[in-house]
Amino acid sequence: MAGQQLINGNFERFLRRKRLIGRIFWVLLLISTLAGLIMLAALLIDLALEGASWLTPTLFTNYHSRHPEQAGMKSAIVGSLIILALTALFSFPLGVGAAVYLEEYAPKNRLTEFININISNLGGVPSVVYGMLGLTVFSRGFGLFKPNSWLVQALNLPVDPRNGLIFSVLGLEMRLPLGNSLLTGGLAMTLLILPTVIMASREAIRAVPNSIREAAFGLGATRWQVVSRQVLPAAFPGILTGMILALSRAMGEAAPLIILGAFTYVPFLPRTIWDQFTVMPIQIYNWITLPQPEYRVHLSGAGILVLVAVLLSMNALAIYLRNRFEKRW
Amino acid sequence: MVTPTQNATTIEAAQNTTDGVVLSTQGLSVYYGNKLALRDISLDIYRNQITAIIGPSGCGKSTLLRCYNRMNDLIPSARVEGRVLFEGTDIYTPGVDAVEVRRRIGMVFQKPNPFPKSIYDNVAFGPRINGIKGNMDDIVENALRQAALWDEVKDKLHESGLALSGGQQQRLCIARALAVEPEVILMDEPASALDPIATLKIEELMQELKQRYSIIIVTHNMQQAARVSDMTAFISIDRENPDARIGVLVEYGLTQQIFTNPINKETEDYVSGRFG
Repeated sequence: MAGQQLINGNFERFLRRKRLIGRIFWVLLLISTLAGLIMLAALLIDLALEGASWLTPTLFTNYHSRHPEQAGMKSAIVGSLIILALTALFSFPLGVGAAVYLEEYAPKNRLTEFININISNLGGVPSVVYGMLGLTVFSRGFGLFKPNSWLVQALNLPVDPRNGLIFSVLGLEMRLPLGNSLLTGGLAMTLLILPTVIMASREAIRAVPNSIREAAFGLGATRWQVVSRQVLPAAFPGILTGMILALSRAMGEAAPLIILGAFTYVPFLPRTIWDQFTVMPIQIYNWITLPQPEYRVHLSGAGILVLVAVLLSMNALAIYLRNRFEKRW
Repeated sequence: MVTPTQNATTIEAAQNTTDGVVLSTQGLSVYYGNKLALRDISLDIYRNQITAIIGPSGCGKSTLLRCYNRMNDLIPSARVEGRVLFEGTDIYTPGVDAVEVRRRIGMVFQKPNPFPKSIYDNVAFGPRINGIKGNMDDIVENALRQAALWDEVKDKLHESGLALSGGQQQRLCIARALAVEPEVILMDEPASALDPIATLKIEELMQELKQRYSIIIVTHNMQQAARVSDMTAFISIDRENPDARIGVLVEYGLTQQIFTNPINKETEDYVSGRFG
């Protein structure tokens, strides 16, 4: 038959060759996958060797000290937790609000497109830049509350040269500008993670099938009822997951807070959000810069172990929440 | 039991009084952006009847159905011309609130789409968002009974609606629609995702429901249209300009007549399975 002549050839050899190519790629892909895992394992093992024996209660109960055996990071741990809480408090409503607007309300026009592109752009801005922004806007308030500023002179405000304007709202102390305070830190971190929170929330909102919205609209729900009673509850686990991952990024950031004037040595716990603070990455950074190996190697290693433990548990919580509440439609 | 002839007579009687018309489209055209999707549809829907809308894929059946409760408003590019009278009021005039229209004209979708909540909350959602007063337990039970689902779910009202079978989910969606006491129920291929037994249940249910509600059903399944409906509208692609895919109303009449003795040749070809 004519057909047989068209398909003759050394199939045996060709088969061996294509099998070999398949195996080579399998190995290459496996190596790519393992690369990240091996790095993480190397990091953790190294840290454990250097820092595990310094992982003592002192680390959690003491402030920084001139004697390495007595040095701890109590104020840094507390500072990190407060910054985290403030960041969550500010970024959750802002991020989810923006995501809901963009997904459920915004008309599909050029302005929306422009906003979309720029939210992605914000996500790519280096964190130090947010530190500078926070310094100018929150920490210094554009210099508007200095004794010689036009605003203070025009309104004849009673400003203090060091602390600016201090006043009270409903019995709560307020300051303008916000200074080198926890509040400034939380706001700068909010700006830093806001693009991530918005994008993760949009992703979660988009994952809610349109049939759910249609069903609710079909029963005579208004848009707000559809959003608040169906879309947001269904998207909430996804939003929470994104939120936690974004916060764990904020937790590891030192650069913007250094610019904002977070101190490396804070021998007290903050009492209000107007107090000065330090955070774990800054404390660790400080130890690494000291010449003694007890600080440089061991204490910093122990500090990193604590930080990594917190970050990994936050990530684990995010994964747990995602799996626990994952919906099949 | 009403024989087909008797039924036909009652419909004709209904047609002769304007009181029998619950919904009426007059010169209705729908555009998506600049593209014309449906052209010049004029159609009267009769009270307490089941009206089937049949036609080939993509002819605009669902688009027409979604004009009746202004669901097309949710598509930014969609635009409607002409009038849709509901109990004599044009639902597209500026003073009419689409939210109120959708409460009075309920909808059941092609794919069962219960909310990811309990059976009870699925049914109670509509009454709650519309501020309907009354004993919620009674409202829920009543709606589930009307949808012939009560006996199957009465012991698991607080389990997820998504745990039910496909046919049960669709009856749950019907119960959910009934709970806000609509006057008309729109059904967009309600049985196309269901097996034959579940389909039969839905069809039997429709016969029960038409005692109290007016029903419009879009269906691909001509046997289904022939079995369940009193009136049938055949919509097809405009033949003079087939590439534009514009939906037009070819023929509308008693189901019996559409299926046994259609006036239009195209209708005859379609219902006898020669195209579409």
